[in-house]
Amino acid sequence: MRSGYFTALAVAVLLGSGMLVFAKPPAGSGSITGKVTYTGTPPKMKPIDMSKEPSCAKQHATPVMTQNVTTGPGNALQWVVVYISAGDEGSSAPSQGARYDQKGCEYLPHVLPMQVAQQLQIYNDDQTSHNIHPLSKTNPEWNKSQPPGSPPIDTKYDKAEFIPVKCNIHPWMHGYFAVLNTSHYAVSGEDGSFDIKGLPPGKYTVTAWQEQYPAQSQEVTISGSEAKTANFVFKVLPY
Amino acid sequence: MTLKKLAVTFALGSMALVTVGATSVLAQSHVNSPDPSLGAPSVSSAESHIGNMTGHAGEGKQLYRRYCIGCHGPDGNGEGMNAQWIDPKPRDFTEATFKCRSTPTGTLPTDQDLYDAITRGFVTTNMPAWKPLTPQQRADLVAFVKTWSPRWTKGKAGAPLDIPAETPITIESILHGRELFQRLECWKCHGPEGHGDGPSAITLTDDKGNPIRPYDFSSGSRFMCGTTNRDLYRIFMTGLDGSPMPSFADVVKPNEAWDLVHFLRTLQPLKTQEADLWMAYRAAHGADLKPIGPDAAPGGQ
Repeated sequence: MRSGYFTALAVAVLLGSGMLVFAKPPAGSGSITGKVTYTGTPPKMKPIDMSKEPSCAKQHATPVMTQNVTTGPGNALQWVVVYISAGDEGSSAPSQGARYDQKGCEYLPHVLPMQVAQQLQIYNDDQTSHNIHPLSKTNPEWNKSQPPGSPPIDTKYDKAEFIPVKCNIHPWMHGYFAVLNTSHYAVSGEDGSFDIKGLPPGKYTVTAWQEQYPAQSQEVTISGSEAKTANFVFKVLPY
Repeated sequence: MTLKKLAVTFALGSMALVTVGATSVLAQSHVNSPDPSLGAPSVSSAESHIGNMTGHAGEGKQLYRRYCIGCHGPDGNGEGMNAQWIDPKPRDFTEATFKCRSTPTGTLPTDQDLYDAITRGFVTTNMPAWKPLTPQQRADLVAFVKTWSPRWTKGKAGAPLDIPAETPITIESILHGRELFQRLECWKCHGPEGHGDGPSAITLTDDKGNPIRPYDFSSGSRFMCGTTNRDLYRIFMTGLDGSPMPSFADVVKPNEAWDLVHFLRTLQPLKTQEADLWMAYRAAHGADLKPIGPDAAPGGQ
């Protein structure tokens, strides 16, 4: 009799803790801001020759540069995704979709963050055909043609992954989808700064991801509506 | 006393958890296992269904070790002993990405698709047609190949593309297909004359970064995924996943797709109804045809 009671109690405790995990996270007002910088000599970004695609070339007064290591004044490092990789209790995808543009034979933005299961709309704003080919490994890989004037491609990803995106027709086009398990993320701007808002109190692992260099993490604890600072420094190489 | 019972309950509970954990580790270890003789029960119970035939992964595993392992490797990742000498590289089954499918891009192929691939082989690659194997053996191999990726246990194959009856082969259809070849910019890779020498051709790589060539229509060789007009229709509508060839299913209507098929046939040095019509038309109106390529206005003539 008694053992039965305790088994029931144990099951109830397990279920209860399980429910806590999936409960809706409280909206918070803590924040983590900071700056992403580099040490060392970064590789020189190269001008892209778009002469094979005149309709795109004529949209750029000065040549578009490669973007794999985009730097700014004060050793700023742009296009770094800073996100909560642990400690976040998760949240459902926002109703607003993420928008990715192909314009002037470039991907805008170069790195597009989004949440798992968030709608993603891909537009072709050019007068030329693109084929959009996200090279996912964890998620199924697809590859679709999108001629000028086609409706946007509407899709989503079910698993967290950093996905390189390319166009096989225009081999200089490179971008990334950052599919994240959290709603708390930011991408570093031209000055390397980022701002993650709306964090409830908690102990977090903050990860900075850059497409060419190994990712880095820091532990940050937020109590109340604290504004914490976390800076990331990437060691770069000139090649 | 009661405390003791509580402890026992928790101990039993945690043991159960450990067992569950160990089972899932075992199940996963199969996928990366260097030794294909190490098989989880799920391997031998996996099945494939082709028509009335049922393939069994347990049998397929033995056949794989004999016939496939040299190229596709003991881990199913395409890194067998022979792989370094082979171009294009053998398929990596752990990614579950396949070129020849009847299903939409990004979805798993049907068992029949995989069976057809084994039966047909891949022309211009090292993958032969496995006709010496019995149909049952090929079905068994399909069942085993599907054990290399967890995608097969979690998801189902995509819905095969619906291919309507072929439209009549007419010069209007061919001319419209030619317009599509220009507008959809097929020539960027396949070349204005279909020689596989378009401006982007030289830059193409597959999803592993290995160089890959677009199909050269003037070679007259068989298509990789079949030989008929229906196969050709299916190839460009579903795309060849893992390669630069995208799917056109969202941007080409079924009747237009047949027009494109009819035009593509004229690029091959083969005696076809399409080629005959095209030759006659070109002899009479060739001078009026705008050449395909960057100088033509978008949208063709």
